[in-house]
Amino acid sequence: MPAVAAPSALRHLYEQMVLGRVFETEAERQYKADHIGGYCHLSSGQEATTVGTMHALQPDDLLVTGYRSHGFALARGVSPEAVMAELFGRRDGCAHGRGGSMHLLDVGHGYYGGWGIVAGQLPVAAGLALGLVRQRRPQAVLVELGDGAVNMGAFHESLNLASLWGLPVVFLVVNNEYGMGTSVARASAEPELYRRAAAYRMHGERVDGNDVQAVIEASDRLLTQAREERRPALLEAMTYRFRGHSVADAGLAYRTKDEVREHQAQDPLFRVRERLRAEGLSDEDFDAIDREADERVAAAVQFALDSPEPDVAQLATGMHAAGSAEQFARMRPGSAFGEQALTFDAGLGS
Amino acid sequence: MSATTATATDAATGTKVMTYREALRLALQEELARDERVFLMGEEIGVFGGAYKVTAGLLDQFGEDRVRDTPISEEGFVGAGVGAAMIGERPVVEIMTLNFILVAMDQVINHAAKIGAMFGGEVRCPLVIRTPNGAGNQLTAQHSQSFDGWFAGTPGLKVVAPANPADAKGLLKAAIRDDDPVLVLENLPIYKEKGEVPLDPDFVTPIGRAAVVREGTDVTLVAHSFATLRALRAAAGLAERHGVSAEVVDLRSLRPLDVETVAASVAKTNRAVCVEEGWPSYGVTAELSARIQHACFDDLDAPVERVGMAEVPLPYAKVLELAAMPGEDRIAGAVLRSLGLAR
Ligand SMILES: Cc1ncc(C[n+]2csc(CCOP(=O)(O)OP(=O)(O)O)c2C)c(N)n1
Ligand SMILES: [Mg+2]
Repeated sequence: MPAVAAPSALRHLYEQMVLGRVFETEAERQYKADHIGGYCHLSSGQEATTVGTMHALQPDDLLVTGYRSHGFALARGVSPEAVMAELFGRRDGCAHGRGGSMHLLDVGHGYYGGWGIVAGQLPVAAGLALGLVRQRRPQAVLVELGDGAVNMGAFHESLNLASLWGLPVVFLVVNNEYGMGTSVARASAEPELYRRAAAYRMHGERVDGNDVQAVIEASDRLLTQAREERRPALLEAMTYRFRGHSVADAGLAYRTKDEVREHQAQDPLFRVRERLRAEGLSDEDFDAIDREADERVAAAVQFALDSPEPDVAQLATGMHAAGSAEQFARMRPGSAFGEQALTFDAGLGS
Repeated sequence: MSATTATATDAATGTKVMTYREALRLALQEELARDERVFLMGEEIGVFGGAYKVTAGLLDQFGEDRVRDTPISEEGFVGAGVGAAMIGERPVVEIMTLNFILVAMDQVINHAAKIGAMFGGEVRCPLVIRTPNGAGNQLTAQHSQSFDGWFAGTPGLKVVAPANPADAKGLLKAAIRDDDPVLVLENLPIYKEKGEVPLDPDFVTPIGRAAVVREGTDVTLVAHSFATLRALRAAAGLAERHGVSAEVVDLRSLRPLDVETVAASVAKTNRAVCVEEGWPSYGVTAELSARIQHACFDDLDAPVERVGMAEVPLPYAKVLELAAMPGEDRIAGAVLRSLGLAR
């Protein structure tokens, strides 16, 4: 895959960005229709960053994200069907209906999880990179975190380990200006977040996270260094989330409508569209792209609706490795009421 | 919520009907007004008005010095609460939900809880940590868990868990006035529940006292926090469908634990069913069972039963989540088993 998108590739990137946007819009609708529950964090407005970084990530590289992850999963190649079915809590979801919106995963695509505890994914990503080194694999790890995660101890510990041990990991800080209702300036004593890497003698840089080509250039360069020279890096992508923190947040208690509107006027999709228009794409082409995304997402919704609910008799499936049921077999006497049927009989380690 | 009921004041008894959330807010408001040393810290408690709106309006009323928004840095600001408390401040730290206290466990367990004993009583740590908790909204494995017993099993901490609006106010105020570190376990599903709340600014619910919240003769249900509501609902169903008279004891405090009230009830009913939202293994109901069988060995007509969360990290899908939770049917099943009416 070329690092900088050729004209034909640009159209493909645009298609992915549109797919991401349409998917999120539909997810919100399905949430309101009660088909999706729990926390559901949308990444509308951040498509250039999600699609751009995923373009630079090679098929054998590994990906780890936080909970705002639908866009990353889709751009990584997880099917909209498997993601939507997961949001619906269905058997054919990419985490078998166990994880929901925050805990997508697809090992086949090198995606080692959406994680829900701010910064919790960072040491895990460092460990994946350590595993790659120990296994003498030439790949790198890309780990996504929000601007709000940089004040957690786990962030600092992970950067230090990565730099000290020369781990092939790129820390992608998606700076969308807010962690819930707290702006970066109100949360971080050093609000130029990329500069924090310097404390660990790690390379840090900022990129316009709304410019998909700039994101590809920077992330490709940093991932290449990580793969080839075992040099970790921090990439801060400057972007904005159009929607609230989650679908439950209107997103206006801490920012003005004007501020949101201003950013929407700079929609990262518009920019790519202008470039494509200059390359000769017509309104009909754009309509066709929109229609295709609508159809793919509609198909994903239908797939999710058709997928069966998980089997309650399999409640504990996957919790322990195969063969563990034998180890737990003698724990039954004196069980709490329901524990036996729900845990020991419900697929434990079988 | 109808405006009339929410603002109806009963002049005779000096109570007002309000939600659990409003009762907590009132407690904070009163204590902030009463004592200069009291201040609040936590994520999104100020400008955002609280992730669950408990602190809504307090920033405007008391200002940034008393209502302090923090970055996402639980270990940092819980520890800052410990330090400030050591020199006489009265910090009330909000952890957005119980799940996020895990990244601050070192400060809670290995710092706050140690101070009194480790320094021979030379210095105290009057820190309050308040945090909600609760399953049932498909928040999934990392966001819906109740490990209340971990804290209640830690010497040096006090742990309270109100199950109704009056106790929400009374226990939070008692915690703020206490000279030791107190963890106040709040509950998401109860935030919207309404009840009468005493308006007396010096009303507190004493720490270490359970309450019999339903009288009965056949069996004692012991619970805390949201499990108390489940136990009460199960008791009502058992009376209606099986003619079983269940007494319900709401623990209110987990540490110190009011074993006397529990034992007195079991001595009367001769049967005990302990219920919790957490995993029962090594949990609150495990502790209760051990103490009840020891304190009431001669009174018991059946083994102590317990009901808790199925022992899995909570799955996302609604059907799975529902199956895992300690629902009223499972509580009723345990009661019938204890009465010999079911296997
Ligand atoms: C340790 C921890 N504390 C608090 C939370 C609650 N929480 C979830 S997301 C979030 C804001 C994170 O903001 P940011 O890192 O900027 O990511 P964004 O949501 O903007 O993508 C908070 C406070 C959490 N999940 N984990
Ligand atoms: Mg953010």
